Amino acid sequence: MTRLRITLVVFCTAMLCASSVPAGMAPKRSVLSNGLVLLTSEQRALPMVSIELLIDAGSRYDGAKQEGLANLTTKLLRYGTKQRTALQINETLDFLGASLEAGGGEDVASISVTILKKDLATGLALLAEILTSSSFPQAEIDRQKQEIIASIKAREEDPNAVAQKTFTAALFPASPYGRLVEGSEASVKTLQQTSLKEFFARYYRPNRSIMAVVGDVSEQEITQGLNKAFQGWSKGEPSGQPLVPTKIGAPHVLRVNKDLTQANIVLGHNGVTRGNPDYYAIQVMNYILGGGGFSSRVMDSIRNERGLAYSVHSFFSAEKSHGTFQFVMQTKNETAQDAIRLAIEEISRIREQPVSEQELNDAKDYLIGSFPLRFDTNHKVASFLAQVEFFQLGLDYPDRYSDLIRKVTREEVQRVAKQYLEPEKLITVIVGNQQKVGEKK
Amino acid sequence: MPQRLFRLLVSLFFLPLSIQLAEAAQVQEVVLDNGLKILLLEDHKSPAVTFQVWYRVGGRNEKDGKSGLAHFLEHMMFKGTPTTKPEEYSRIIAKNGGRSNAFTSSDVTVYFATMSREKIAIELELEADRMANALLGDTYFEPEKKVIQEERRLRTEDNPASALSEVASAVAFTIHPYRRPVVGWMQDILNLTRQDLVDFYKLYYAPNNAYIVVVGDFSSEEILAKIKAAFGKIPRGAEPPEVRAEEPEQRGERRVNFKKEAELPFHLLFYHAPNLKSPDSFALDLLSVVLAGGRSSRLYHELVYQKRLVRGVDADYGGMSIDPMGFSISAQLLPGIEPANVEREIDRQLEKVKSGLISERELQKAKNQVEAAFVFAQDSIFGQAMKIGSYEAAGGWRQMDNYLDGIRKVTREDIRRVAKQYLDRDRRTAGTLIPTKSP
Repeated sequence: MTRLRITLVVFCTAMLCASSVPAGMAPKRSVLSNGLVLLTSEQRALPMVSIELLIDAGSRYDGAKQEGLANLTTKLLRYGTKQRTALQINETLDFLGASLEAGGGEDVASISVTILKKDLATGLALLAEILTSSSFPQAEIDRQKQEIIASIKAREEDPNAVAQKTFTAALFPASPYGRLVEGSEASVKTLQQTSLKEFFARYYRPNRSIMAVVGDVSEQEITQGLNKAFQGWSKGEPSGQPLVPTKIGAPHVLRVNKDLTQANIVLGHNGVTRGNPDYYAIQVMNYILGGGGFSSRVMDSIRNERGLAYSVHSFFSAEKSHGTFQFVMQTKNETAQDAIRLAIEEISRIREQPVSEQELNDAKDYLIGSFPLRFDTNHKVASFLAQVEFFQLGLDYPDRYSDLIRKVTREEVQRVAKQYLEPEKLITVIVGNQQKVGEKK
Repeated sequence: MPQRLFRLLVSLFFLPLSIQLAEAAQVQEVVLDNGLKILLLEDHKSPAVTFQVWYRVGGRNEKDGKSGLAHFLEHMMFKGTPTTKPEEYSRIIAKNGGRSNAFTSSDVTVYFATMSREKIAIELELEADRMANALLGDTYFEPEKKVIQEERRLRTEDNPASALSEVASAVAFTIHPYRRPVVGWMQDILNLTRQDLVDFYKLYYAPNNAYIVVVGDFSSEEILAKIKAAFGKIPRGAEPPEVRAEEPEQRGERRVNFKKEAELPFHLLFYHAPNLKSPDSFALDLLSVVLAGGRSSRLYHELVYQKRLVRGVDADYGGMSIDPMGFSISAQLLPGIEPANVEREIDRQLEKVKSGLISERELQKAKNQVEAAFVFAQDSIFGQAMKIGSYEAAGGWRQMDNYLDGIRKVTREDIRRVAKQYLDRDRRTAGTLIPTKSP
């Protein structure tokens, strides 16, 4: 049988200059004729390759009453193709000592592969097989449904996960971003094989996907490898724009009663998208407030001075179409109200008073100086490159990052604190022993 | 979120025997006159250096009633010296673009930072300073005690599997200090005094009871000179007392039930087993892979896939410890499944590896997994430093040399023999988490 050769059209190859940060990443970008965006970084130190594949097939495409469909589809990817059973796939991967894991998110599904260089062709062939001919056997669907329902239960044992789930549900009601990607026990049970097959055929398409390949392989080699392995993966409908949540939950206090020694607290509200031009000023501001580990204000006030918590931090999670601000901590039930009061005081303080020159500089120095440490393994470089493409930051992003941070001023920090921290809009979630937590003092 | 301490569960900390990292041959060892050992591994693939100070002290060195002392001291080491203000350490590292933290295990207490080559000398100076001059300030003692209580609540008391594991360890070990939790029992934490910390610090924090591991993008010659300048002047301390506790042979199965609010039962089996000083450690390591390494492994295939009893199953050989630790199998059950059924199925599978030989392909598959993991693990400089440091604590870093060779020599008969010898019911502790519901 003659194999069709895909012609690879390289739209753009942007190579970073030698002085780029971090120096050795040197990423290249190309778009294959089937629409797959390919990012590569050649790293020859170890005979291994890491692959990160993002597919525009997240839970936001779950239909009405089909909550959990995208996630179940993703979970089934390594459980049977037209050529191989789940057992054969497991055996193949284990014998190579390789890993191939698939996970579902709200916006995208992701597949991560780690494999020895010598086995790369086998790995690519298997990956291609999964992406083009997954067969969704009924017995495997039943197994995965049972596992997903158990994982939903297991999550109930993790107080922080319960608090997170409660918070996002309250903030984004009636939105895919307010639900678990797993769906609910009831919705998962009703999912049908035909829906999975349709979902897969519609969304798992190369022109909706980003692949980052990092390791002991050149762009040319990987392109040839993909050429050979992925010939059957054809274009589908183009990517959709993520929907903006239409409704934002009103501020209120939500309590979940559990027999715990600590109250797990999330305070938060609507945030910003990754494309917001204030994103970098917000990062600097949040570092000072609660993002800066042992250097943050809340770590000082709530942990070091008063010993109220072991873990206390804040973050802005910024996605394509939406985002959240969250302040997360755990403290014994009896001091929950004190800790919440202190958190709100710190949020108010950074809005009302300018940060010091030293705080500003320390934050910038950390963010700029530690930037290269974020890419100290092949796998981290692969995830980073895939994210850079997903958020359309441009391959020169590592070069521009320092400037984006450096130009933030004290005035801007205060402006974004005022604009994006809104104490009057906070949703408060307290998971703990409510009798001991008591009322606001 | 940086965490000052990872209460390293047996399963987490001792996992690395199957995830081999550094090539021992490339490690350079230097010992200073004051007894401080320095282990260097240059790796120039990313522009960073990880610098770690390992103290040969952990939960293992504590006395009854003083559990949690090593860990408490670790927290207080961030409270300054005459030249560095309290909590200033973390700030200095951060503003120089570094990431720092520390952790305590049963065997060791480790302080580390990862920074650029240009900045790593800052970390080195700060570590030398607090090795000799930590103030353990009085003002910070009580607030930090509260922080540690919160840590215990977070990691153990409100975490069902972790709480079960703590009780099971306390039953599996009767004499040996491995029976005590590293974070400490709550009442012990409450009773610790500042004087306890001061005495402990004086006794154990000395160059002759520590070693430094550096991995990454540096020049050995340059960094050695800096280490000598900073640490060489610290005087040798008295030799700390040896821990001579020896766990007597277990004669008969022990059982623990633990009731707590949870959704799913959790079941664990802990078998006493030798550590890496035993030639059987290689076969035990491979046995853990045969049983639960990957989805085609025996326990995963039977319990997760075929019989659908559990969500996942782990088998961990804890060979990387100063004194013999053990081999554990653990699983979170699917809803509605009885722990007794899970135990019966695990026993059935263990019986098979004890009475019959695994296939040649199965053995080769386990060896391939170990060798691939060996390569993958070298991707991280921090991981490589952890590997070197863990070997040094447990039996000397040179043991790393023997690892792959030892693995390659294991036969199917060895697997059967060690399964028979060590996965013996009479030497095990079975622990079950029984979920309860809020009233």
